[in-house]
Amino acid sequence: MAVSDVISQRAYVAAPQRSAATRLLEDERWLAAVLLLPTVILLGLFIAYPFVEGVWLSVTDATVGVPGHFVGLANFTALLHDSIFLVAVQNTFVYTVVATVFKLALGLWLALLLNRHFRGKAFTRAFVLLPFIIPTVLSTFAWKWMFDPTFSVINWTLFQLGLIHSRINWLGDPSLALISVIIVNVWRGVPFYAISLLAGLQTINPELQEAAAIDGARPWQRFWHVTWPLLLPVTMVVVLFSVIQTFADFQLVYVLTGGGPANATQLFATYAYQIGVGTGLLSQGAAVSLAMFPFLLIIVVVQLLYIRRVEVH
Amino acid sequence: MIEGAKWRRWVYFYIPLGVFILWLLFPFYWMLVTSVRPDRELYRPWMAPNYAPFWTSHPTLVHITDLLTQTLFIRWMANTLFIAIVSTLISLFCGLLAGYALSRLKFPGGGALGTGIFITYLVPQTLLFIPLANIIRNFKLGDTPWALILTYPTFLIPFCTWLLMGYFKAIPRELEECARIDGATRWKAMLYIIFPIAVPGILSAGIFAFTLSWNEFIYALVFLSSAEQKTVSVGVTSELVRGDVFYWGQLMAGALLGSVPVAFIYSFFVEYYVAGLTGSVKG
Repeated sequence: MAVSDVISQRAYVAAPQRSAATRLLEDERWLAAVLLLPTVILLGLFIAYPFVEGVWLSVTDATVGVPGHFVGLANFTALLHDSIFLVAVQNTFVYTVVATVFKLALGLWLALLLNRHFRGKAFTRAFVLLPFIIPTVLSTFAWKWMFDPTFSVINWTLFQLGLIHSRINWLGDPSLALISVIIVNVWRGVPFYAISLLAGLQTINPELQEAAAIDGARPWQRFWHVTWPLLLPVTMVVVLFSVIQTFADFQLVYVLTGGGPANATQLFATYAYQIGVGTGLLSQGAAVSLAMFPFLLIIVVVQLLYIRRVEVH
Repeated sequence: MIEGAKWRRWVYFYIPLGVFILWLLFPFYWMLVTSVRPDRELYRPWMAPNYAPFWTSHPTLVHITDLLTQTLFIRWMANTLFIAIVSTLISLFCGLLAGYALSRLKFPGGGALGTGIFITYLVPQTLLFIPLANIIRNFKLGDTPWALILTYPTFLIPFCTWLLMGYFKAIPRELEECARIDGATRWKAMLYIIFPIAVPGILSAGIFAFTLSWNEFIYALVFLSSAEQKTVSVGVTSELVRGDVFYWGQLMAGALLGSVPVAFIYSFFVEYYVAGLTGSVKG
């Protein structure tokens, strides 16, 4: 304290013409406080406060317009006996794991293809990213139309190729609906993986590849022993972001199936919406979406620990 | 390039890449074709012998003119544009200041605050939308653009801050110190020396934030109720589907036109967008 007082007093002497506010901002701590104030206010009001409010809602029996009373963990224990909720949990895990595996595999493949030199490379890269930048809800409608059982262009193509003989009800068949939704999620996510991993690939020194080639490594070995380990840190961060977004996904399912048929595509977020907004049971809806929190926390902690371990090596 | 015979190049490179491009871009082509296809062709089952999926012999603009004249589509576009621009500006302002403070100033609690902002970056919108809807109602912001303008920064600020911190860290400290020795205050050195150098980063963050707010769906769906207040995504979803009837021509025209502003900005700033995207996942 004393030392900094001396320093700031010296600053006053050096700049006597400066106003009090300017002098205050010369102190790093005051300047930092001022600079961070707008961010802290906005994030506090619309992230921290809703989180507390959400926890509070989830332990009451509030509905729209009715404040409700404290009921303890009744909402959460009710969820454990709610068969739709259990289906939604299972679906969310299947959706996240399957979609992530395919997005990573296909995204990496596309990144490796785009990492070569060919004519029209910049152009191709720009176009490839389109599914990621076009508003998801709008492009998902195109998929919904393509999946329409009566007018489906996909069915027509498969029929013409002789692969099917009767119509496929992509979104209406409970055993197919989740697969169809995953296909759209993969379609939207592959460009994000590809472009991010491409950026990672471009930081890898090509001489390493050449050295391995001279030592007689086959292309597959070069990928597995040279490229992949160097790409791992970037890959892990990309997967972290993608897993969280996929786990908490809402819009794709809302547009394609609304959680149906017979809850075959119900996820955490769509079920929370259905209960909290659709039927107005605020407290139970809040409990459903808060139930995501421990899972998200585990995902984040495990991945961050893994990323740290990878980066240390 | 792949070494060896020509067929290998086709099998390992051109064909896979071609399939990828076809798969990734076909839905957009399908949007375009559907939006100019007359209804009598549109509702022809795929099993019908004269089903011609990939083109139309009688292109029509009727879906597009209907969309523009008989629905509130133009209003939704204006709403979305206003919300996206204002929330992007707010987020850039906050992100710039916070990014500077967290990357270049030493103060107690700085590390914890940085971690806190990174964690909010990972919070998905679907976690908090129900309590947040309550709060928006209590603040009397429901069904106004401000409900979105004030909540979108919750996912844009952490992103902007994170991205800009990377840019600020790359600027050598000496530049700032020189300016301070020449008599500039900290505040002025930040404003006139550091921020101008970070312009590419600001542009990247701004473009990325704009596309994210244009893309947002669940907050807009829950916080807005009247048709005149809706954004493009919500308007197209709720107003062009009446009961169980989907107006596919109008829907696809809406999807196409609703994507134009984002695609337009993207086409001009591809490099900045990619920099924002890859910067956002840098650990």
